[in-house]
Amino acid sequence: MTRTVATPSVAMPLARRPTGLWRDAWHRLTRNRAAVVSLVFVILLVFVALFANLVAPYPFERQDLESTDLGPSAAHLFGTDLLGRDELSRMVYGSRISLAVALVDVLIVVLIGVPLGLAAGFFGKWLDTLIMRTVDVLLAFPSLLLVIVVITYLRAVLDQPTGPVLAVIGGLDNLTGGLLGVFIALGLVSWLTVARLVRGQVLSLKEKEFVEAARMVGASNLRIMARHLLPNTLAPVIVAATFGIPGAIATEAGLSFLGLGVRPPLPSWGILIAEGVRNMRAFPHELLFPAVVLAVTLICFNFLGDGLRDALDPKLKVD
Amino acid sequence: MTTFIVRRVLWMIPSLLVVFTLTFVFVHATPGSPWDESEKPLPEAVKQNLAKQYHLDDPLPKQYADYLISALHGDLGPSYRSVERSVSEIVAATLPVSAQLGLASMLFALLVGIPLGTLAAVKHNTWIDYTASLITVSGLATPPFVRVSLLVVALSLGVAWLPTGGWNGIWDVRAIIPTLAIGLGPAAILARYTRSSLLEVLGQDFIRTARAKGLQEVMIVVRHAMKNALIPVLTVAGVTLSNVITGAFFVERIYGVPGIGRQFVDSVTGRDYPLLLGIVLIFAILISVVNLLTDISYGYADPRIRYR
Repeated sequence: MTRTVATPSVAMPLARRPTGLWRDAWHRLTRNRAAVVSLVFVILLVFVALFANLVAPYPFERQDLESTDLGPSAAHLFGTDLLGRDELSRMVYGSRISLAVALVDVLIVVLIGVPLGLAAGFFGKWLDTLIMRTVDVLLAFPSLLLVIVVITYLRAVLDQPTGPVLAVIGGLDNLTGGLLGVFIALGLVSWLTVARLVRGQVLSLKEKEFVEAARMVGASNLRIMARHLLPNTLAPVIVAATFGIPGAIATEAGLSFLGLGVRPPLPSWGILIAEGVRNMRAFPHELLFPAVVLAVTLICFNFLGDGLRDALDPKLKVD
Repeated sequence: MTTFIVRRVLWMIPSLLVVFTLTFVFVHATPGSPWDESEKPLPEAVKQNLAKQYHLDDPLPKQYADYLISALHGDLGPSYRSVERSVSEIVAATLPVSAQLGLASMLFALLVGIPLGTLAAVKHNTWIDYTASLITVSGLATPPFVRVSLLVVALSLGVAWLPTGGWNGIWDVRAIIPTLAIGLGPAAILARYTRSSLLEVLGQDFIRTARAKGLQEVMIVVRHAMKNALIPVLTVAGVTLSNVITGAFFVERIYGVPGIGRQFVDSVTGRDYPLLLGIVLIFAILISVVNLLTDISYGYADPRIRYR
């Protein structure tokens, strides 16, 4: 499904209307059916998250002990949980958590991964060795293993903070229901692949003539990096960032599932699934709905990444 | 080649030491223990006895050295939670279960992933390719706890073919759902790599030559293309192992398999830090060894690669 996009006919290049890279890419993306469907789903999800208070039929934390563990019905489309809370409303509010994680993951990629990769590739020498050895060691081990070790430490430290800095972080973590700890743990691992990718791109780009030319006319290092190297790495970074999002959402859900992520009553999809597992023998729908919604979301982000990769550069390989 | 292997083995030592040191520092910087969860604070004398038993009063460098030396002798120290079993005994009891489950999952991944990827590449851009890629993306995108949940809902609660949990050895029907749930991840990775690698090989000149001399398509794919296409697939062995290990955390816990993955999760939630440290060390050794074997076998599989 990913390689169906035919490149626009280039038989007569002069006869073709001149179009930009982004316009071409958009054109190719919209011809990929799986990517378009996924994009529509993601946009829908963003709207649901933004207007959760309007979309959700009930407040997510409202308990109704008269109607617990109900199956799907007109009043409760996805049924209710063991405290009589509306499952659909909890899932709608849960999308906010997942999308917040997606947003922060992209921010980490842009603010940490890209600059570090750029610096490592451009300056080389000891800086390159330092950054890339760190990346190698961290990438050699399963990211979830590292994330769990770090978040175990964070949870213990932030619950009983010592000193003013930790107290502030702990307070913020408490305020966000444990989300800040998840962000910090993600910050450790989610920039790694992009840093390596950008470094590789910069290594080959900086030997090109246009960089030479820029240097000739007296451009500073900073200007060369920002104006000449960065724009050329943009396409692979967008693709890699898109592929990183489902991993981040799954990590948050997994941590919350284990009780290390977001704290109840905040309705993270991971928590909904954990509660569903506890209750699955009697009421399988309480497990089924959140598990399917999470799976569909992750699959859509993957298809979108596939589509973007093919659209932006058919020869590009990001895995 | 021999020099390369010796050098590569020697390189493992500092990198394992780095991982061990980092985890040791992290775990020892983590405040708390299972005992401060108790409602009643422990008497001071009991606390002192506990600290003495676990050598918590020793200076950190001494604890580090002691732990390292005893770890090299196969002793990973006492567990906080379990009075009767040491960390080494817990690992010895649970690792074989996970190893069986992990090997079965890997086997499943090989038997499903490589044929699926091959089929998708040979039938490039047909509905078979699209179906295969849908299966692949589903396997790649869904986390293991979602896969095991959905499998239990479908196979145990829906059609009631399989039990909802438990463990009775790898040859029991109870092993089917955990094997599928863990194995689907690496199967998807293998399928994706096999497909792209095979597509690349199928476009090369020697394949055109083989077609031109009238070889059957099956012969071309199996004898000529696969041999070259599967070499790059070897490089994902480490990734698939990581996938199996992290998959085991969730699957063993949900399905009630008494393996090392469940122990790891329990050590985290139960604040059993010595057990956590010991299991991370075991995983680190396992991954380093597999990465080493991958590098070595890569050299044998592709004679064009020269190690210096």
